[in-house]
Amino acid sequence: MTAVAANPDTALPTTPAPAAIEAEGLVRAFGPRRAVDGVSVAVAAGECLALFGPNGAGKTTLLRMLAGLLRPTRGAARVGGVSLRDAPAVRARVGLISHHSLLYAALTARENVAFAARLYDVPDPDAAALAALERMRVADRADTPVRRLSRGLQQRVSIARAMVHAPDVVLLDEPFTGLDEVGARALTDAIGDLKAHGAALVLVTHNLVEGLALGTHLGVMVGGHLVRLAARGDVDGATFAAEYRALVAG
Amino acid sequence: MSGRAPPFLATAWLIARKDLTIEFRTRSAFFSALVFALLAVAVFRFSWDPTAVAAIDLAPGVLWVIFTFSGLLGLHRSFGVEEADRAMDGLLAAPIGREALFAGKAAANLVFVGAVQLVTIPAVSLFYDLPLVDGLPALAMIAALATVGLVAVGTLFSAMTANTRLAELLLPMLALPFFVPIVVPAAQATARVLAGRPLAEVAAWLKLLAAFDIVFVTACTLVFPYTLEE
Repeated sequence: MTAVAANPDTALPTTPAPAAIEAEGLVRAFGPRRAVDGVSVAVAAGECLALFGPNGAGKTTLLRMLAGLLRPTRGAARVGGVSLRDAPAVRARVGLISHHSLLYAALTARENVAFAARLYDVPDPDAAALAALERMRVADRADTPVRRLSRGLQQRVSIARAMVHAPDVVLLDEPFTGLDEVGARALTDAIGDLKAHGAALVLVTHNLVEGLALGTHLGVMVGGHLVRLAARGDVDGATFAAEYRALVAG
Repeated sequence: MSGRAPPFLATAWLIARKDLTIEFRTRSAFFSALVFALLAVAVFRFSWDPTAVAAIDLAPGVLWVIFTFSGLLGLHRSFGVEEADRAMDGLLAAPIGREALFAGKAAANLVFVGAVQLVTIPAVSLFYDLPLVDGLPALAMIAALATVGLVAVGTLFSAMTANTRLAELLLPMLALPFFVPIVVPAAQATARVLAGRPLAEVAAWLKLLAAFDIVFVTACTLVFPYTLEE
Protein backbone atom coordinates (compact mmCIF):
# COMPACT_ATOMS: atom_id res chain seq x y z
CA MET A 1 0.00 0.00 0.00
CA THR A 2 1.13 3.44 -0.81
CA ALA A 3 -0.71 6.51 0.23
CA VAL A 4 0.28 9.88 -1.08
CA ALA A 5 -1.32 13.11 -0.02
CA ALA A 6 -1.41 16.29 -2.08
CA ASN A 7 0.41 18.04 0.74
CA PRO A 8 4.07 16.91 0.71
CA ASP A 9 4.15 17.11 4.51
CA THR A 10 1.60 14.33 4.69
CA ALA A 11 3.13 12.12 2.00
CA LEU A 12 4.04 8.60 2.99
CA PRO A 13 7.08 6.76 1.72
CA THR A 14 6.24 4.68 -1.31
CA THR A 15 6.43 0.89 -1.29
CA PRO A 16 6.91 -1.43 -4.26
CA ALA A 17 3.41 -2.98 -3.95
CA PRO A 18 1.31 -2.09 -7.03
CA ALA A 19 -1.53 0.28 -6.12
CA ALA A 20 -5.08 -0.87 -6.78
CA ILE A 21 -6.23 2.75 -6.51
CA GLU A 22 -4.02 5.55 -7.74
CA ALA A 23 -5.39 9.07 -7.89
CA GLU A 24 -3.35 12.07 -8.94
CA GLY A 25 -4.61 15.60 -8.42
CA LEU A 26 -8.30 14.71 -8.59
CA VAL A 27 -10.57 17.73 -8.76
CA ARG A 28 -14.35 17.76 -8.98
CA ALA A 29 -16.13 21.06 -9.26
CA PHE A 30 -19.86 21.70 -9.10
CA GLY A 31 -20.15 25.14 -10.63
CA PRO A 32 -17.68 27.41 -8.87
CA ARG A 33 -17.41 25.14 -5.83
CA ARG A 34 -14.70 22.48 -5.71
CA ALA A 35 -16.06 19.52 -3.76
CA VAL A 36 -12.75 17.68 -4.21
CA ASP A 37 -9.68 19.78 -4.76
CA GLY A 38 -6.43 18.18 -5.84
CA VAL A 39 -6.56 14.89 -4.00
CA SER A 40 -3.77 12.41 -4.68
CA VAL A 41 -3.90 9.05 -3.00
CA ALA A 42 -2.82 5.48 -3.61
CA VAL A 43 -4.16 2.34 -1.98
CA ALA A 44 -2.54 -1.03 -2.60
CA ALA A 45 -4.23 -4.42 -2.72
CA GLY A 46 -5.09 -5.82 0.69
CA GLU A 47 -5.18 -2.45 2.40
CA CYS A 48 -7.90 -0.19 3.66
CA LEU A 49 -7.82 3.59 3.69
CA ALA A 50 -10.18 4.92 6.35
CA LEU A 51 -11.23 8.40 5.32
CA PHE A 52 -12.61 10.77 7.91
CA GLY A 53 -13.98 14.25 7.58
CA PRO A 54 -16.92 16.48 8.43
CA ASN A 55 -20.04 16.70 6.27
CA GLY A 56 -19.31 18.36 2.93
CA ALA A 57 -15.60 17.54 3.08
CA GLY A 58 -15.74 15.83 -0.33
CA LYS A 59 -15.37 12.22 0.84
CA THR A 60 -18.45 10.89 -0.97
CA THR A 61 -17.61 12.87 -4.11
CA LEU A 62 -14.13 11.32 -4.11
CA LEU A 63 -15.67 7.88 -3.69
CA ARG A 64 -18.13 8.49 -6.54
CA MET A 65 -15.28 9.50 -8.82
CA LEU A 66 -13.32 6.36 -7.92
CA ALA A 67 -16.45 4.29 -8.57
CA GLY A 68 -16.73 5.71 -12.09
CA LEU A 69 -20.01 7.46 -11.25
CA LEU A 70 -18.63 10.99 -11.51
CA ARG A 71 -16.23 12.31 -14.09
CA PRO A 72 -13.34 14.24 -12.52
CA THR A 73 -13.09 17.88 -13.57
CA ARG A 74 -9.30 17.54 -13.49
CA GLY A 75 -6.74 14.96 -12.53
CA ALA A 76 -6.39 11.28 -13.29
CA ALA A 77 -6.90 8.01 -11.50
CA ARG A 78 -6.44 4.33 -12.06
CA VAL A 79 -8.68 1.86 -10.27
CA GLY A 80 -7.81 -1.83 -10.43
CA GLY A 81 -5.17 -0.94 -12.99
CA VAL A 82 -7.68 0.76 -15.30
CA SER A 83 -7.88 4.47 -16.06
CA LEU A 84 -11.05 6.26 -14.95
CA ARG A 85 -11.44 7.26 -18.60
CA ASP A 86 -12.47 3.64 -19.24
CA ALA A 87 -15.36 3.95 -16.78
CA PRO A 88 -17.14 0.63 -17.59
CA ALA A 89 -13.94 -1.34 -16.98
CA VAL A 90 -13.41 0.54 -13.70
CA ARG A 91 -16.98 -0.14 -12.61
CA ALA A 92 -16.53 -3.87 -13.27
CA ARG A 93 -13.74 -3.95 -10.67
CA VAL A 94 -15.46 -1.88 -8.00
CA GLY A 95 -18.01 -2.72 -5.34
CA LEU A 96 -19.87 0.29 -3.96
CA ILE A 97 -21.51 0.28 -0.56
CA SER A 98 -23.48 3.37 0.30
CA HIS A 99 -25.57 4.48 3.25
CA HIS A 100 -28.44 4.23 0.76
CA SER A 101 -29.40 0.60 0.22
CA LEU A 102 -29.44 0.75 -3.64
CA LEU A 103 -32.09 -1.99 -3.44
CA TYR A 104 -35.54 -2.43 -4.96
CA ALA A 105 -38.13 -2.68 -2.21
CA ALA A 106 -40.52 -4.86 -4.25
CA LEU A 107 -37.89 -7.51 -4.99
CA THR A 108 -36.68 -10.11 -2.50
CA ALA A 109 -33.20 -10.02 -1.03
CA ARG A 110 -32.15 -12.89 -3.29
CA GLU A 111 -33.63 -11.24 -6.40
CA ASN A 112 -31.86 -7.97 -5.64
CA VAL A 113 -28.47 -9.62 -5.21
CA ALA A 114 -28.95 -11.97 -8.19
CA PHE A 115 -29.96 -8.96 -10.31
CA ALA A 116 -26.70 -7.27 -9.32
CA ALA A 117 -24.76 -10.47 -10.10
CA ARG A 118 -26.27 -10.49 -13.59
CA LEU A 119 -25.35 -6.83 -14.10
CA TYR A 120 -21.73 -7.92 -13.56
CA ASP A 121 -22.16 -11.08 -15.68
CA VAL A 122 -21.27 -13.30 -12.73
CA PRO A 123 -21.50 -17.02 -13.64
CA ASP A 124 -24.37 -18.79 -11.84
CA PRO A 125 -25.83 -15.56 -10.42
CA ASP A 126 -28.39 -17.29 -8.18
CA ALA A 127 -25.76 -19.36 -6.39
CA ALA A 128 -23.47 -16.32 -6.12
CA ALA A 129 -26.32 -14.31 -4.65
CA LEU A 130 -27.08 -16.93 -2.04
CA ALA A 131 -23.40 -17.22 -1.12
CA ALA A 132 -23.14 -13.44 -0.72
CA LEU A 133 -26.25 -13.39 1.48
CA GLU A 134 -24.86 -16.23 3.59
CA ARG A 135 -21.64 -14.29 4.03
CA MET A 136 -23.62 -11.36 5.40
CA ARG A 137 -25.66 -13.74 7.61
CA VAL A 138 -28.95 -12.84 6.03
CA ALA A 139 -29.54 -15.93 3.87
CA ASP A 140 -32.47 -16.98 6.07
CA ARG A 141 -34.35 -13.90 4.79
CA ALA A 142 -33.33 -14.44 1.15
CA ASP A 143 -36.90 -14.77 -0.08
CA THR A 144 -38.33 -11.87 1.89
CA PRO A 145 -39.17 -8.71 -0.07
CA VAL A 146 -36.71 -6.01 0.89
CA ARG A 147 -39.51 -3.65 1.98
CA ARG A 148 -40.30 -6.09 4.82
CA LEU A 149 -36.72 -6.14 6.12
CA SER A 150 -35.47 -3.86 8.88
CA ARG A 151 -33.03 -1.09 7.99
CA GLY A 152 -30.15 -3.13 9.36
CA LEU A 153 -31.06 -6.23 7.36
CA GLN A 154 -31.50 -4.11 4.25
CA GLN A 155 -28.00 -2.77 4.76
CA ARG A 156 -26.65 -6.31 5.03
CA VAL A 157 -28.39 -7.25 1.76
CA SER A 158 -26.98 -4.09 0.23
CA ILE A 159 -23.46 -5.14 1.26
CA ALA A 160 -24.05 -8.62 -0.19
CA ARG A 161 -25.17 -6.90 -3.39
CA ALA A 162 -21.95 -4.88 -3.59
CA MET A 163 -19.73 -7.89 -3.00
CA VAL A 164 -21.47 -10.47 -5.17
CA HIS A 165 -18.99 -10.02 -8.04
CA ALA A 166 -15.94 -10.28 -5.71
CA PRO A 167 -14.62 -6.82 -6.58
CA ASP A 168 -10.91 -5.93 -6.51
CA VAL A 169 -11.74 -2.54 -5.06
CA VAL A 170 -14.47 -1.86 -2.50
CA LEU A 171 -15.64 1.66 -1.76
CA LEU A 172 -17.64 1.96 1.44
CA ASP A 173 -19.56 5.12 2.25
CA GLU A 174 -20.75 5.02 5.87
CA PRO A 175 -21.46 1.28 5.61
CA PHE A 176 -22.18 0.79 9.32
CA THR A 177 -25.17 3.12 9.24
CA GLY A 178 -28.22 1.25 10.54
CA LEU A 179 -26.39 -2.01 11.29
CA ASP A 180 -27.03 -3.85 14.53
CA GLU A 181 -24.28 -5.75 16.35
CA VAL A 182 -24.63 -8.90 14.21
CA GLY A 183 -24.67 -6.89 11.01
CA ALA A 184 -21.69 -4.80 12.08
CA ARG A 185 -19.75 -7.96 12.95
CA ALA A 186 -20.66 -9.54 9.60
CA LEU A 187 -19.48 -6.42 7.80
CA THR A 188 -16.27 -6.25 9.83
CA ASP A 189 -15.59 -9.92 8.99
CA ALA A 190 -16.37 -9.28 5.33
CA ILE A 191 -13.97 -6.33 5.26
CA GLY A 192 -11.31 -8.54 6.88
CA ASP A 193 -11.92 -11.25 4.27
CA LEU A 194 -11.72 -8.73 1.46
CA LYS A 195 -8.40 -7.41 2.72
CA ALA A 196 -7.10 -10.97 3.15
CA HIS A 197 -8.11 -11.76 -0.44
CA GLY A 198 -6.23 -8.74 -1.74
CA ALA A 199 -9.02 -6.25 -2.30
CA ALA A 200 -8.23 -2.58 -1.82
CA LEU A 201 -10.74 -0.67 0.29
CA VAL A 202 -11.64 2.93 0.91
CA LEU A 203 -13.86 3.34 3.94
CA VAL A 204 -15.57 6.68 4.45
CA THR A 205 -16.81 7.10 7.98
CA HIS A 206 -17.51 9.62 10.71
CA ASN A 207 -16.88 6.96 13.31
CA LEU A 208 -13.27 7.15 14.50
CA VAL A 209 -13.46 3.87 16.41
CA GLU A 210 -14.53 1.88 13.32
CA GLY A 211 -12.08 3.66 11.05
CA LEU A 212 -9.15 3.19 13.42
CA ALA A 213 -10.01 -0.50 13.85
CA LEU A 214 -10.37 -1.28 10.15
CA GLY A 215 -8.04 1.13 8.36
CA THR A 216 -4.49 0.22 7.49
CA HIS A 217 -4.14 3.87 6.55
CA LEU A 218 -5.98 6.88 7.85
CA GLY A 219 -6.90 10.02 5.96
CA VAL A 220 -8.69 13.22 6.84
CA MET A 221 -10.49 15.37 4.29
CA VAL A 222 -11.54 18.93 5.00
CA GLY A 223 -12.96 21.35 2.44
CA GLY A 224 -12.17 19.07 -0.50
CA HIS A 225 -8.52 18.67 0.50
CA LEU A 226 -6.80 15.59 1.89
CA VAL A 227 -5.15 17.30 4.83
CA ARG A 228 -3.77 14.33 6.74
CA LEU A 229 -2.67 10.89 5.69
CA ALA A 230 -0.84 8.32 7.78
CA ALA A 231 -0.22 4.60 8.05
CA ARG A 232 -2.25 3.16 10.91
CA GLY A 233 0.87 1.63 12.45
CA ASP A 234 2.54 5.00 12.62
CA VAL A 235 -0.10 6.73 14.69
CA ASP A 236 -1.55 6.32 18.12
CA GLY A 237 -5.37 6.17 18.03
CA ALA A 238 -5.90 8.73 20.78
CA THR A 239 -3.40 11.15 19.24
CA PHE A 240 -4.97 10.78 15.81
CA ALA A 241 -8.43 11.37 17.27
CA ALA A 242 -7.21 14.59 18.92
CA GLU A 243 -5.53 15.69 15.68
CA TYR A 244 -8.67 14.94 13.74
CA ARG A 245 -10.84 17.02 16.05
CA ALA A 246 -8.38 19.89 15.76
CA LEU A 247 -8.34 19.65 11.96
CA VAL A 248 -12.13 19.57 11.72
CA ALA A 249 -12.46 22.44 14.15
CA GLY A 250 -10.31 24.44 11.75
CA MET B 1 -12.81 -12.20 -9.63
CA SER B 2 -14.50 -8.84 -10.43
CA GLY B 3 -17.28 -8.53 -12.95
CA ARG B 4 -17.56 -7.67 -16.59
CA ALA B 5 -20.16 -6.03 -18.77
CA PRO B 6 -22.90 -8.37 -19.98
CA PRO B 7 -23.83 -8.15 -23.69
CA PHE B 8 -26.19 -5.39 -24.86
CA LEU B 9 -29.30 -7.51 -25.36
CA ALA B 10 -28.76 -9.45 -22.13
CA THR B 11 -28.50 -6.17 -20.23
CA ALA B 12 -31.58 -4.70 -21.88
CA TRP B 13 -33.56 -7.84 -21.13
CA LEU B 14 -32.33 -7.86 -17.53
CA ILE B 15 -33.44 -4.26 -16.96
CA ALA B 16 -36.79 -4.74 -18.71
CA ARG B 17 -37.52 -7.94 -16.79
CA LYS B 18 -36.66 -6.28 -13.49
CA ASP B 19 -38.91 -3.28 -14.23
CA LEU B 20 -41.80 -5.49 -15.32
CA THR B 21 -41.41 -7.74 -12.27
CA ILE B 22 -41.59 -4.72 -9.98
CA GLU B 23 -44.60 -3.34 -11.84
CA PHE B 24 -46.31 -6.74 -11.83
CA ARG B 25 -45.87 -6.95 -8.04
CA THR B 26 -46.85 -3.40 -7.20
CA ARG B 27 -49.24 -2.74 -10.10
CA SER B 28 -49.32 0.85 -8.91
CA ALA B 29 -48.46 2.61 -12.16
CA PHE B 30 -50.46 0.24 -14.37
CA PHE B 31 -53.63 0.63 -12.35
CA SER B 32 -53.16 4.40 -12.10
CA ALA B 33 -52.76 4.65 -15.86
CA LEU B 34 -55.63 2.26 -16.50
CA VAL B 35 -58.04 4.02 -14.15
CA PHE B 36 -57.04 7.36 -15.66
CA ALA B 37 -57.60 6.01 -19.19
CA LEU B 38 -61.02 4.53 -18.41
CA LEU B 39 -62.16 7.62 -16.51
CA ALA B 40 -61.04 9.82 -19.40
CA VAL B 41 -62.97 7.65 -21.86
CA ALA B 42 -66.07 8.01 -19.67
CA VAL B 43 -65.65 11.78 -19.19
CA PHE B 44 -65.19 12.34 -22.93
CA ARG B 45 -68.19 10.13 -23.60
CA PHE B 46 -70.55 11.92 -21.25
CA SER B 47 -69.43 15.39 -22.32
CA TRP B 48 -69.92 14.49 -25.99
CA ASP B 49 -72.90 15.74 -27.96
CA PRO B 50 -73.46 13.09 -30.69
CA THR B 51 -75.67 15.48 -32.64
CA ALA B 52 -72.82 17.98 -33.01
CA VAL B 53 -69.81 15.72 -33.69
CA ALA B 54 -69.84 12.20 -35.12
CA ALA B 55 -68.22 9.50 -33.00
CA ILE B 56 -65.90 8.65 -35.85
CA ASP B 57 -64.56 12.22 -35.86
CA LEU B 58 -64.14 12.44 -32.11
CA ALA B 59 -62.78 9.00 -31.23
CA PRO B 60 -59.30 9.28 -32.81
CA GLY B 61 -58.55 12.44 -30.85
CA VAL B 62 -59.93 10.96 -27.65
CA LEU B 63 -57.89 7.81 -28.13
CA TRP B 64 -54.57 9.60 -28.66
CA VAL B 65 -55.10 12.16 -25.92
CA ILE B 66 -55.72 9.29 -23.52
CA PHE B 67 -52.75 7.25 -24.80
CA THR B 68 -50.49 10.25 -24.44
CA PHE B 69 -51.43 11.19 -20.89
CA SER B 70 -51.85 7.67 -19.51
CA GLY B 71 -48.48 6.82 -21.05
CA LEU B 72 -46.90 9.74 -19.21
CA LEU B 73 -48.05 8.25 -15.90
CA GLY B 74 -46.14 5.06 -16.62
CA LEU B 75 -43.14 6.82 -18.06
CA HIS B 76 -42.80 8.91 -14.93
CA ARG B 77 -42.64 5.70 -12.89
CA SER B 78 -39.91 4.27 -15.12
CA PHE B 79 -37.06 6.14 -13.44
CA GLY B 80 -39.02 7.06 -10.33
CA VAL B 81 -38.60 3.44 -9.19
CA GLU B 82 -34.81 3.92 -9.38
CA GLU B 83 -34.81 6.98 -7.15
CA ALA B 84 -36.05 5.26 -3.99
CA ASP B 85 -33.00 4.13 -2.00
CA ARG B 86 -30.84 5.42 -4.87
CA ALA B 87 -31.15 2.13 -6.80
CA MET B 88 -30.06 4.18 -9.81
CA ASP B 89 -26.57 4.41 -8.29
CA GLY B 90 -26.49 0.62 -8.21
CA LEU B 91 -27.26 0.53 -11.93
CA LEU B 92 -24.80 3.27 -12.79
CA ALA B 93 -22.04 1.66 -10.72
CA ALA B 94 -22.37 -1.53 -12.78
CA PRO B 95 -20.33 -1.97 -15.97
CA ILE B 96 -23.42 -2.05 -18.18
CA GLY B 97 -23.73 0.15 -21.26
CA ARG B 98 -25.93 3.20 -20.85
CA GLU B 99 -27.53 2.50 -24.24
CA ALA B 100 -28.51 -0.98 -23.04
CA LEU B 101 -30.00 0.57 -19.92
CA PHE B 102 -32.08 2.87 -22.12
CA ALA B 103 -33.16 -0.03 -24.33
CA GLY B 104 -34.26 -2.06 -21.30
CA LYS B 105 -36.18 0.82 -19.76
CA ALA B 106 -37.83 1.62 -23.10
CA ALA B 107 -38.77 -2.04 -23.66
CA ALA B 108 -40.47 -2.22 -20.26
CA ASN B 109 -42.28 1.05 -20.97
CA LEU B 110 -43.39 -0.31 -24.34
CA VAL B 111 -45.02 -3.29 -22.64
CA PHE B 112 -46.60 -1.02 -20.03
CA VAL B 113 -48.08 1.46 -22.54
CA GLY B 114 -49.14 -1.39 -24.82
CA ALA B 115 -50.99 -3.08 -21.95
CA VAL B 116 -52.91 0.13 -21.21
CA GLN B 117 -53.77 0.47 -24.91
CA LEU B 118 -55.02 -3.11 -25.02
CA VAL B 119 -57.74 -2.18 -22.54
CA THR B 120 -58.39 1.36 -23.74
CA ILE B 121 -59.05 0.58 -27.41
CA PRO B 122 -61.96 -1.81 -26.70
CA ALA B 123 -63.28 0.66 -24.11
CA VAL B 124 -63.36 3.47 -26.68
CA SER B 125 -64.99 1.12 -29.18
CA LEU B 126 -67.64 0.25 -26.62
CA PHE B 127 -68.35 3.78 -25.39
CA TYR B 128 -68.49 5.29 -28.89
CA ASP B 129 -70.16 2.30 -30.49
CA LEU B 130 -67.43 1.93 -33.08
CA PRO B 131 -67.05 -1.45 -34.81
CA LEU B 132 -63.32 -2.17 -34.64
CA VAL B 133 -63.07 -5.73 -35.87
CA ASP B 134 -62.23 -4.91 -39.49
CA GLY B 135 -59.83 -2.12 -38.70
CA LEU B 136 -58.18 -3.80 -35.75
CA PRO B 137 -54.96 -5.00 -37.48
CA ALA B 138 -54.39 -1.54 -38.99
CA LEU B 139 -55.18 0.16 -35.69
CA ALA B 140 -52.76 -2.17 -33.90
CA MET B 141 -50.07 -1.27 -36.42
CA ILE B 142 -50.65 2.47 -35.91
CA ALA B 143 -50.64 2.07 -32.15
CA ALA B 144 -47.44 0.01 -32.22
CA LEU B 145 -45.59 2.46 -34.46
CA ALA B 146 -46.70 5.51 -32.50
CA THR B 147 -45.97 3.91 -29.15
CA VAL B 148 -42.36 3.21 -30.09
CA GLY B 149 -41.76 6.92 -30.70
CA LEU B 150 -43.71 8.05 -27.62
CA VAL B 151 -41.86 5.62 -25.40
CA ALA B 152 -38.41 6.58 -26.74
CA VAL B 153 -39.01 10.27 -26.07
CA GLY B 154 -40.79 9.63 -22.77
CA THR B 155 -38.06 7.33 -21.46
CA LEU B 156 -35.41 9.92 -22.22
CA PHE B 157 -37.26 12.74 -20.47
CA SER B 158 -38.22 10.49 -17.58
CA ALA B 159 -34.49 9.90 -16.97
CA MET B 160 -33.79 13.63 -17.19
CA THR B 161 -36.52 14.64 -14.77
CA ALA B 162 -36.57 11.73 -12.31
CA ASN B 163 -34.36 13.28 -9.67
CA THR B 164 -35.84 16.75 -9.92
CA ARG B 165 -38.32 18.08 -7.39
CA LEU B 166 -40.86 18.93 -10.11
CA ALA B 167 -40.62 15.67 -12.06
CA GLU B 168 -44.40 15.28 -12.40
CA LEU B 169 -44.63 18.73 -13.98
CA LEU B 170 -41.40 18.74 -15.96
CA LEU B 171 -41.91 15.40 -17.70
CA PRO B 172 -45.11 16.42 -19.56
CA MET B 173 -43.77 19.93 -20.20
CA LEU B 174 -40.64 18.57 -21.86
CA ALA B 175 -42.10 15.50 -23.55
CA LEU B 176 -45.41 16.79 -24.94
CA PRO B 177 -43.89 19.07 -27.63
CA PHE B 178 -41.90 16.08 -28.89
CA PHE B 179 -45.02 13.89 -28.83
CA VAL B 180 -46.79 16.17 -31.35
CA PRO B 181 -45.04 14.83 -34.49
CA ILE B 182 -46.07 11.32 -33.44
CA VAL B 183 -49.59 11.98 -32.19
CA VAL B 184 -50.67 14.00 -35.25
CA PRO B 185 -49.97 11.27 -37.87
CA ALA B 186 -51.22 8.60 -35.46
CA ALA B 187 -54.56 10.43 -34.98
CA GLN B 188 -54.86 11.10 -38.72
CA ALA B 189 -54.22 7.45 -39.57
CA THR B 190 -56.60 6.28 -36.83
CA ALA B 191 -59.38 8.54 -38.18
CA ARG B 192 -59.05 7.00 -41.63
CA VAL B 193 -58.98 3.44 -40.29
CA LEU B 194 -62.07 4.06 -38.14
CA ALA B 195 -63.79 5.56 -41.20
CA GLY B 196 -63.20 2.25 -42.98
CA ARG B 197 -60.73 3.65 -45.50
CA PRO B 198 -58.34 1.16 -47.16
CA LEU B 199 -54.91 0.60 -45.63
CA ALA B 200 -53.23 2.10 -48.69
CA GLU B 201 -54.76 5.44 -47.74
CA VAL B 202 -52.94 5.48 -44.40
CA ALA B 203 -49.65 4.16 -45.77
CA ALA B 204 -48.15 7.66 -45.97
CA TRP B 205 -48.99 8.32 -42.31
CA LEU B 206 -47.50 4.96 -41.32
CA LYS B 207 -44.29 5.77 -43.19
CA LEU B 208 -44.16 9.13 -41.42
CA LEU B 209 -44.60 7.41 -38.06
CA ALA B 210 -41.86 4.90 -38.92
CA ALA B 211 -39.54 7.75 -39.92
CA PHE B 212 -40.17 9.57 -36.63
CA ASP B 213 -39.59 6.31 -34.77
CA ILE B 214 -36.18 5.89 -36.38
CA VAL B 215 -35.23 9.49 -35.66
CA PHE B 216 -36.47 9.50 -32.06
CA VAL B 217 -35.14 6.05 -31.12
CA THR B 218 -31.71 6.85 -32.56
CA ALA B 219 -31.50 10.35 -31.10
CA CYS B 220 -32.78 9.33 -27.66
CA THR B 221 -30.42 6.34 -27.46
CA LEU B 222 -27.46 8.56 -28.32
CA VAL B 223 -28.45 11.38 -25.96
CA PHE B 224 -29.47 9.18 -23.02
CA PRO B 225 -25.96 8.56 -21.58
CA TYR B 226 -25.45 12.34 -21.25
CA THR B 227 -28.63 12.72 -19.20
CA LEU B 228 -27.02 10.52 -16.52
CA GLU B 229 -23.99 12.75 -16.06
CA GLU B 230 -23.92 14.74 -12.83
